Amino acid sequence: MRLVRASLIWAALLCAVAIPIAAASLSPYLEWRQPIYIVAGFAGIAAMGLLLIQPVLMAGVLPGLTPLTERRVHRWVGLTLVAAVALHVVALWITSPPDVVDALLFVSPTPFSLWGVIAMWAVFAAALLAFLRRRLRLKPRLWRVGHLSLAVVIVAGSVAHALLIEGTMEIMSKVALCALVILATAKVIGDRLGWTRRLPRPQHASGGNPP
Amino acid sequence: MTKLLLDRRSLIAAGGALVATGAASLMAPAVAKGLEATRSMRGGSNNYRRGAPIVQRIGGGGFWMSGTVRRAGDGAPLAGQRIQIWAHTTEGHERDWHSHGATLTDNNGVFRLEMPQIVPAFGQPHAHLAYDSGDFETVFLRPVMGSARQTSLEAHFVLQPA
Repeated sequence: MRLVRASLIWAALLCAVAIPIAAASLSPYLEWRQPIYIVAGFAGIAAMGLLLIQPVLMAGVLPGLTPLTERRVHRWVGLTLVAAVALHVVALWITSPPDVVDALLFVSPTPFSLWGVIAMWAVFAAALLAFLRRRLRLKPRLWRVGHLSLAVVIVAGSVAHALLIEGTMEIMSKVALCALVILATAKVIGDRLGWTRRLPRPQHASGGNPP
Repeated sequence: MTKLLLDRRSLIAAGGALVATGAASLMAPAVAKGLEATRSMRGGSNNYRRGAPIVQRIGGGGFWMSGTVRRAGDGAPLAGQRIQIWAHTTEGHERDWHSHGATLTDNNGVFRLEMPQIVPAFGQPHAHLAYDSGDFETVFLRPVMGSARQTSLEAHFVLQPA
């Protein structure tokens, strides 16, 4: 029974990340895009999926992972997220330099690029803060407030960015992924701030749903 | 004597009127009160290709880009004005030379150019249009389609003499 439950949780997470990517790969717009533009788009969609994995890892709901492993994976997924965002921006820049320059300078005519650029800087800042945490001997409270605040900016910015874009993402899977990212992030922040009851570790759990 | 006075008076009146209108035009463009000049849109000039040739049609066509070109102030239609049009379409990216083409306005100041279907790029289905010929101030427009399914789009220019 525990095995079934564990498999279901992992399968749900896998689906939540993979279905939006699969749905986007069926987009009719792909036919009229160059490979580099397609890479840019999918790097963005993958980054959105990683944005779901990050809070899920810290929510303590994934079966078979110890908190230490979860934290370690969170670090690697964070690095991958930084790489995905960088790839997204660089590939878009190759596709159309003036559009990306406008976005980075906050003078783009499209409101979603503003949110995207804000989220991008927040991703870089969150990663940098994690990197400097031990080197600067940040106080736990400062670290927690800083990293979680940046997480809120990243999630809010990325969701606004994704929802306002008319692109290759299929609308239902896009909205669902965005909702899951918000729920998972809210859950972790609620736990950390003591607003919500922490779920028991899945190894001993009798209830609780995966986000 | 009287004649001279009258002349002087009319001269002063005319001069005063001239100063008044001149001052008014400095405060708020009097000419533009009739019809204000179109301002360039943000991002409108992205991927502009100076000197794109006048064409009968961009690529295979199927989508109609149209609009008008008028003079600021009196709104008089401007004939023979060159408008460049480009977009991300089913046949090419905004950067591609073959996605660009120019057309001229007719005697009613109307332009109309057939081009391939516009598809969403960089998050919005949009087109780019430019007036950049020198007689009037340069204007770049970036109209966004209400829906990606539209098969036509309009953009209107009101130009300020350079």
